[in-house]
Amino acid sequence: MSLRNRDLISILDLSRNEIEELFRKADQMNKFLQEKKTLNTLSGKIISLVFLEPSTRTMYSFQSATYRLGGKTLVFASKTTTSLAKGENIADTIRMMSAYSDLIVIRSPYDGTALYASMISSVPVINAGDGKHEHPTQALIDLYTIYKLKGRIDGLTIGVLGDLKYARTIASLLYGLSLFSPRKVYLISPGNLTLRESVRAKIDDLGLEYEEVRDIRQVIGELDILYVTRIQRERYPDPEEYERVKNAFKITEKLLENAKPGLKILHPLPKLDEIDKSIDNTDYAAYFYQASLGIPLRMALLASILG
Amino acid sequence: MDQEKLIVSKIKKGIVIDHIPAGKALKVLKILGITGYTDYRLAIVMNVPSNKLGMKDIIKIENKILDKRELELISLVAPTATINIIEDYKVVEKYKVKLPRVIKGVLRCPNPMCITNKPDEVAETIFVLRKLDPVVLECKYCGTLIKGDEIEHNLSIQ
Repeated sequence: MSLRNRDLISILDLSRNEIEELFRKADQMNKFLQEKKTLNTLSGKIISLVFLEPSTRTMYSFQSATYRLGGKTLVFASKTTTSLAKGENIADTIRMMSAYSDLIVIRSPYDGTALYASMISSVPVINAGDGKHEHPTQALIDLYTIYKLKGRIDGLTIGVLGDLKYARTIASLLYGLSLFSPRKVYLISPGNLTLRESVRAKIDDLGLEYEEVRDIRQVIGELDILYVTRIQRERYPDPEEYERVKNAFKITEKLLENAKPGLKILHPLPKLDEIDKSIDNTDYAAYFYQASLGIPLRMALLASILG
Repeated sequence: MDQEKLIVSKIKKGIVIDHIPAGKALKVLKILGITGYTDYRLAIVMNVPSNKLGMKDIIKIENKILDKRELELISLVAPTATINIIEDYKVVEKYKVKLPRVIKGVLRCPNPMCITNKPDEVAETIFVLRKLDPVVLECKYCGTLIKGDEIEHNLSIQ
């Protein structure tokens, strides 16, 4: 099925075939970028970037992807400089932006904002992160990175480490992995940062092969991919709870002495102290490469919806 | 029904809500907006033996018709309930309440960060039935699951 004029609210809005088609398209976009070709796929199109929560990579990469495709952006980025500061609600903002543009990319601290926006908007909506709920374009980049690094997703052993409770990238990544057939997914987290019940119920329903472990040392020798997230400070209702967990895990060179050869470490960024800085320059570190794939993947997505 | 006959007489016109889980009758009345100050003539029978449920409650309400929303509310609090429609002392229609696959507007999402709880927005809650026994509902917006007593506690009519 074509992605034309469709919303992307959850990664489960896509089939495996559609995701693989996006990978092929992202490869083409990558090639165009390397050849410094100018594209006009989005010529005459306007993309609204409605960002009600801070963002660096996601917002700028959507903006860059739009420019690379010959389109233009309207940025509605901060509560302090827009009419949201005057008390305008999200619904009215979406009505207005859908009249001004051909597609809306939205990020919000409220869970479920993207679906809400899509019910109001007359143009397609892409979820760029809604609270702790989902972040489907990040998951597409994560899956694409794994695919580029290893040539496949099926059959791999993947460790997912960190704040599994509040990280929206984790939810979307696990749903996305369930569309493929990894050998096993290890969910690695201290006891108080384990998956939310709603996410666990969904991956159970989706039939994802997973096991929960407390300590990464138990499984480091088995992993092909290690996906790390930071503790999501902004989602903790209680600052004391954050203080208790903030240093709960760290990837060090010593830990990696026992790693499987060829292990690659991914991180959706920004990273704080979860990964020792000395690892940034090793072959393990794939997170900056992962961030660079955000542009071709988002180009592929925008082109598929609006091209 | 024999035991019940000992306690209350038949009604001429109205409804009998039977097979309510024991102890839930007062909650059913509450969600139907029936208090001691409404005009309905009614009878409540609580904690009577039932073949199906072990123990059950029964409510009879004269001259009452249930609308779709009221039936949805009853199905959330008393999923085993049967509705008997009475005319001229006879049961003219009898059916079990059925949980709808999609429930709109009747429940609140317990997740404080769900868009449906944001002040100034007009997002009507939408819950999707995920499992029947026991009942599990999922918020279509944020994915939060509610089950058991949480369902009752999150009814928008309290």
